[in-house]
Amino acid sequence: MKQLLSGNEAIALGAYHAGMAVATAYPGTPSTEILENIARMEGVYAEWSINEKVALEVGMGASYAGVRTLVSMKHVGLNVAADPFFAASTTGVVGGLVIVSCDDPGEHSSQGEQDNRHFAKFAKVPMIEPTDSQEAYDLMELAFDISEKFDTPVLYRSTTRISHCKSVVNVTKERKAATAKASFKRSPEKFVMVPSYARIRRVAMEERIARLQEYVEQFPFNEMILADKKLGVISNGVAYQYAREVFKDASHLKLTTLYPLPVNLIKRFAKEVERIIVVEELDPYIEEEVRRLGIAVEGKKFIPIIGELNPEIVEGGAVKAGILKAATSAPAVPATPAPRLPARRPQLCAGCPHVATEYTLRKLGVRTVGSGVELSKNDIIITSDIGCYTLGVYPPLAVLDTCACMGASIGQALGLEKAGVANKVVAVIGDSTFMHSGITPLIDVVYNQGTTTVIILDNNTTAMTGHQGHPGTGISARGEKTQAVDIESLVKGIGIKDVNVVNAFDLKAIETTIKKCVANNAPSVIIVRGACPLATKKKGTPLEVDADVCSGCLDCLKIGCPAMTIAENLACIDAEACNGCGVCSQICPNDAISEKQP
Amino acid sequence: MRDVNVLMVGVGGYGVILASDGMAEIGMVNGYDVKKTDSLGMAQRGGSVVSHVRWGQKVFSPMIKKGEVVFLLAFEQLEAARWASYLNPKGIAIVADSVVVPVSAVTGDTPYPKWDAIKGILSQYSDKIYLVPAARIAGEVKNPRAVNMAMLGFISAFLELPAEAWTDTMRRRLPAKFMKSSIEAFLKAAAEARAAIQAKEHKR
Repeated sequence: MKQLLSGNEAIALGAYHAGMAVATAYPGTPSTEILENIARMEGVYAEWSINEKVALEVGMGASYAGVRTLVSMKHVGLNVAADPFFAASTTGVVGGLVIVSCDDPGEHSSQGEQDNRHFAKFAKVPMIEPTDSQEAYDLMELAFDISEKFDTPVLYRSTTRISHCKSVVNVTKERKAATAKASFKRSPEKFVMVPSYARIRRVAMEERIARLQEYVEQFPFNEMILADKKLGVISNGVAYQYAREVFKDASHLKLTTLYPLPVNLIKRFAKEVERIIVVEELDPYIEEEVRRLGIAVEGKKFIPIIGELNPEIVEGGAVKAGILKAATSAPAVPATPAPRLPARRPQLCAGCPHVATEYTLRKLGVRTVGSGVELSKNDIIITSDIGCYTLGVYPPLAVLDTCACMGASIGQALGLEKAGVANKVVAVIGDSTFMHSGITPLIDVVYNQGTTTVIILDNNTTAMTGHQGHPGTGISARGEKTQAVDIESLVKGIGIKDVNVVNAFDLKAIETTIKKCVANNAPSVIIVRGACPLATKKKGTPLEVDADVCSGCLDCLKIGCPAMTIAENLACIDAEACNGCGVCSQICPNDAISEKQP
Repeated sequence: MRDVNVLMVGVGGYGVILASDGMAEIGMVNGYDVKKTDSLGMAQRGGSVVSHVRWGQKVFSPMIKKGEVVFLLAFEQLEAARWASYLNPKGIAIVADSVVVPVSAVTGDTPYPKWDAIKGILSQYSDKIYLVPAARIAGEVKNPRAVNMAMLGFISAFLELPAEAWTDTMRRRLPAKFMKSSIEAFLKAAAEARAAIQAKEHKR
């Protein structure tokens, strides 16, 4: 049956039909929809894990019990899960274990760009990568087969443009009965990695790669397409599609086993064609391996190493390489240059529970504006984390000083303090991020007698990735009620004595609490609580500006609310967009904003 | 079977993705090879949204090359201007008359351009520009969410598939509650498009 599926939907369906019994993940763009789809399938245990490390450890346990298991995450998630990833490579598996890493070239929704193909070679784990949704579906069963046949986890790589592209899939299979009933057989020399046993496994890993090297030469989805032999193009992933589009007449070698690479197939291809060019996104991973084989090859000389590729970029590379004369479809060059258009950046929504806190931090803590300028002694340094609230870095809020990786805000705050900066430091972190990796650094603050204030913006969901549950919400991946972890008792249990809970829309309470905590010479936590309106789908009574009272000071616009505009030099609220949160009315010095009268 | 490259652009949360899913599905059901891809990332937070939808005998790249967009289907005026340079000189710009002013235009120094300026930008790439009274049509069928169906209705008049090829798929996919008003919006917009095309040809 033909279906239009995204790469992520095809990955989920492929795993389901391959008999997957357990699936774990932490949400992260562009990987999130894989587990969301699996959570709707019957007969699979699916969970949002607290973070990617735990997700993979749960996956290892399930695999040891003999069942097929899928673990999915975004590219940077594999950094978090690197420890168990290497460990799983060492122990090997029982039930097939497939780890899906969705890379994000171009950083559409990520704090960094990295090429996770290196992880496969680094951890000596076989890797496969599809070029469209059909392959995303078809390759999944083979991934589980490889995992079981070669006693190894398999890294299954996707990228944004595979995961989030829909294409036609011929769904040919039905669900295989989940593999053998779960049972664990003791095997300490396989599962208990003390040095003496780990050394035995180390040998097994090398033997496995040697056997895989032979296997990939016959892999049915590596494909040589011979046409005009003047040019041979080697590519993988979505870059293969761009290569086929741009180099229409050339010969092509499509690679879907990226580690180990089918070296004999590559050598055969090289003998067939006169000139070889590699088209790949991010690092020259294939290019360098091909060069190591003693084959003359070009790639990154013409194809950028940074960012996502697209057909124009590949075409531009082809022109630079002298393969194409000029762009085949040069767009019309306008006679007059286009005027500047206002940017449409992502922004905090109308009614967002983060706005009041970030507005207050700006008011209290940002005395000195501009990059590279010495802070005044009253400035507060605001370390931040990964989530919607990171958007507060943009004007008009323009309030955050750092954002690095999940959970980093708290450790960074302690580091700034212990290094001896004169300023007070406040860490801002969301509830889901706090659960993911904010708890351990907060313990570090307590243990090492830091005095930082940690603000946990608790909107009761993982908002940025589309409202997934986490341990604080008490809702499981399948939407069932479960035990909710109480953040307040958790931080008290760690040893924080100054614990405060405030309403996310009460400006005055937020300001007083922040002032009090920052002045305290002991560690403190402020839980700012307010649900994400996109998750609850609740809409309050919209507000309106009384034009007779408004003085036009436009202070209310400093919260950057998308429902607010200027009309005839006065503030104006779009009633359709307004969520009625009331933050602007608390800022107004003239009491000009109130609920709209019906 | 000609290649159809549609770039659907708009603002997060206004139904562009749903409409582009529909556009792709209709292509597949009617025998085309189809690919579609969105910039999703942080779009839900009010950013620009762009969906590439391609129909053809065999489609490789999910992204349409600059200059090869046959239809620019813009759900918002400013976004039409932003993506104008993707248009093929023979391409057609179909623009909903809706305006969503970004925060940067409210608090920054770059104002929201007037329609004439936007039209000016578009006309540097193509002279086939249609402004769709999408909000009016949605109002007439009493379903504010029917704007995207009106946009599909408008583009349908330029393509070779009969109206039933579209409405059959809509009947299978849409929730019962919005079915009648959605199909009504689709047909109204298709009729408006046919009238607009005739008027343009008449002028020549």
